[in-house]
Amino acid sequence: MKAEIICSGFGGQGVLTIGKFLAQAAMKEGKNVSWLPSYGPEMRGGTANVSVVISDEEIASPLVSKPNILVALNQPSLDKFGPETQKGGVILVNTDMTPNKLPREDVDIVNAPMSSIAIECGSTKVLNMVSIGLVIGKTKIVKFETIEQDLKEFLELKNPQLLSANMEALKRGMDFFKE
Amino acid sequence: MAQKVLMKGNEAVAEAAIRAGCRLYFAYPITPQSELIEYMAKMMPKVNGTFIQAESEVAAINMIYGASGCGRRAMTSSSSPGISLKQEGISYIAGAKLPAVIVNVQRGGPGLGDIQPSQGDYFQATKGGGHGDYRVIVLAPNSVQEFADMAADAFDLADKYRNPVMILADGLLGQMMEPVEFKIAKTDQEIEELNKQHYDWCMRPNVDGEERHHHEINSLELDPNVLEKHVLSLNETYKKIEQNETSHEEYNINEDNEIFCVAFGTASRIVKSAITELKKKGHNVGLIRPRTVWPFPSEAINRAITGKVRKILVFELNLGQMVEDVQLSVNGKVPVDFMGRVGGIVFTPDEVIKKIQESL
Amino acid sequence: MQVIAQRPKSLMKIPFTYCPGCLHGIAHRLIAEAMDELDICDKTMGVAPVGCSVFAYKFFDCDMAEAAHGRAPAVATGMRRARPDMCVFTYQGDGDLAAIGTAEIVHSANRGENITVFFVNNAIYGMTGGQMAPTTLPSMKTSTSPYGRDVNDIGYPIKASELLATLEAPYYIERVSLLSPQEIIKAKKSVLNALKYNKENRGFTFVEFISTCPTNWGIEPVKSREWARENMLKFFEIGCFRDRSKDHEGGEK
Ligand SMILES: Cc1ncc(C[n+]2csc(CCOP(=O)(O)OP(=O)(O)O)c2C)c(N)n1
Ligand code: SF4
Ligand SMILES: [Mg+2]
Repeated sequence: MKAEIICSGFGGQGVLTIGKFLAQAAMKEGKNVSWLPSYGPEMRGGTANVSVVISDEEIASPLVSKPNILVALNQPSLDKFGPETQKGGVILVNTDMTPNKLPREDVDIVNAPMSSIAIECGSTKVLNMVSIGLVIGKTKIVKFETIEQDLKEFLELKNPQLLSANMEALKRGMDFFKE
Repeated sequence: MAQKVLMKGNEAVAEAAIRAGCRLYFAYPITPQSELIEYMAKMMPKVNGTFIQAESEVAAINMIYGASGCGRRAMTSSSSPGISLKQEGISYIAGAKLPAVIVNVQRGGPGLGDIQPSQGDYFQATKGGGHGDYRVIVLAPNSVQEFADMAADAFDLADKYRNPVMILADGLLGQMMEPVEFKIAKTDQEIEELNKQHYDWCMRPNVDGEERHHHEINSLELDPNVLEKHVLSLNETYKKIEQNETSHEEYNINEDNEIFCVAFGTASRIVKSAITELKKKGHNVGLIRPRTVWPFPSEAINRAITGKVRKILVFELNLGQMVEDVQLSVNGKVPVDFMGRVGGIVFTPDEVIKKIQESL
Repeated sequence: MQVIAQRPKSLMKIPFTYCPGCLHGIAHRLIAEAMDELDICDKTMGVAPVGCSVFAYKFFDCDMAEAAHGRAPAVATGMRRARPDMCVFTYQGDGDLAAIGTAEIVHSANRGENITVFFVNNAIYGMTGGQMAPTTLPSMKTSTSPYGRDVNDIGYPIKASELLATLEAPYYIERVSLLSPQEIIKAKKSVLNALKYNKENRGFTFVEFISTCPTNWGIEPVKSREWARENMLKFFEIGCFRDRSKDHEGGEK
């Protein structure tokens, strides 16, 4: 098993966090992982992205140029990485911020109004948790319980009052496929 | 068993340095190594260590000169433009036979360049950098774990040979998070023992009961005959280092290789990916990865040139600075070819595969 | 129709790369307006620093050099000595001028180089993401002073204008603020003075701008100006620390 993930969006949408939670959970489940952000002034207002590799084998290159899982939170991200996604790969699209569709038949595209779901859960800030929920709901790449535990540990230290909105967002993402 | 944590290279090397007994750290902010200085700012006070954000890299390396001169484990870090500023100080540290650890999280150059990963400082790191006849031991990690492990190695080597040691990383290794497992932290008592190994030369108080000492930390010697002796003795040390400390990793090196690659640091990971891909297609390509780039693993490279080897391919994130060292190792036995990207661009496995396939 | 506000001629027609609410853009504009008013753009060269204003060499419509971090006054010295017929200015941040470039600024000022130095003090390293600057206020938290600036350990913020005013040579040194329209108008006067003296070959001139960094302070633009007023202006007093034109001629010309 080898997942090569790119999460991409505007700076501030929390894409680095999406990657970090996925990588950390996979690590705890005994997988090899790497997390590599784009960095530098381009992140100021521009797009930010992160490459995450999760693998049973040792990870050679941590750079993902052709993802098999793409999380595109805005139009520039879909335009940039959509065409590069591997045949048969999964693309999770935030339809709230991508007016133009990706004209591809050979990939599994999941269209979800992630920003709207986040707002329903209480804040645009939980957009990243909606995305994580969608990723694991679709790909089962890590267990819900592992993410849940990490999230609890993380927020109990930092911001316990945000826990319920984040948990709700995570579940809404997961359950998207049941709806 | 220690637990694995997910951490950036910049933070992991800082944590590992503290665990290895580093209690003095001086540096100036620069991208892409800022997480290192920020980690030290946060953690040093918690271990009663010293953190100073120096006014410049020149000042930081001279603070190291002073702290190392007192026999303490001291470290500085920067990225390429800042490392250039440190070169003067590194020359003085080498001349005065001081142990010191310097981390270079390389970025694209020359000049201000950019802030993306590069290996453009290979010449500077391995061939001197500052003035005079001296060598710096240069360790080249290729993962966050190794970046962290090399912190302890670097301090041990620096102490053992009283010589500066550089960890030559790059923006990718600094910014990337990977699982890392840390060694147990040295206790204050153990650190004290480490300091004591330098008592016969370092600056320290004259203690009652002991024979009085007068130690000088110095690189000046106006008598050419004496200076020559000093430089020759340094050279003896360098020979010992070459004999004892050269280190490399082999991947898929075997009797049937017709081609093998040489790459270090970040570049070696991409090459490894490419070789694994090619293996699936039935191609047998090897990789030698220098873990020390000075001393350089010449013998290992030479040894790997068995009867079938037709060509050696060098991959670097520069314009071929290591090629000369490979050619010296190969000594004309087979041709050496090269591919590199510069400007902070990291080649993809596909680019590397294409280059290797040209020779298959 | 009368045009009341337009892009100064001395600014290139490209958008600034600063964060929303950042005052670097205002400082640029004041300098460019003054260059227009004194009609010196064609005879001026500037030096950009390393910092958020690193791209200043793209923004001013005169010839510009990009210097290594902190070395702008030395580069400007070389430029001015090579072209004594031209006005030379540097534009520098606090890290650039008062940390890594302390030696260069002090000695250029001490030689009385005929250059103008524009110094933007935002109490932080903007470009590298919010580390402590030599002008970071006591107790102020930054990413490299996570427990607040401890003055007993790392010293007090450096008052660059006062420091340079201990030297004999400088001709003009003033600290101004960019925190409100009224203050910006005053700042403009100071920029004009500096460049006018520069044009008249009177010697070293220096203008310090009290500025903000909403992004790395983590305070939104309007509040960041209030914060600066309450905190920075108490420490960095506004005022003219040197004006030799008054010494010699008994008043401003
Ligand atoms: C030799 C060297 N060291 C460090 C850096 C990294 N660096 C770039 S800008 C900067 C600080 C800028 O802060 P300041 O001068 O206050 O300008 P601001 O961004 O706040 O306007 C640093 C440390 C560099 N480019 N060169
Ligand atoms: S980081 Fe600060 S100083 Fe730099 S452009 Fe943004 S607001 Fe201005
Ligand atoms: Mg500043």
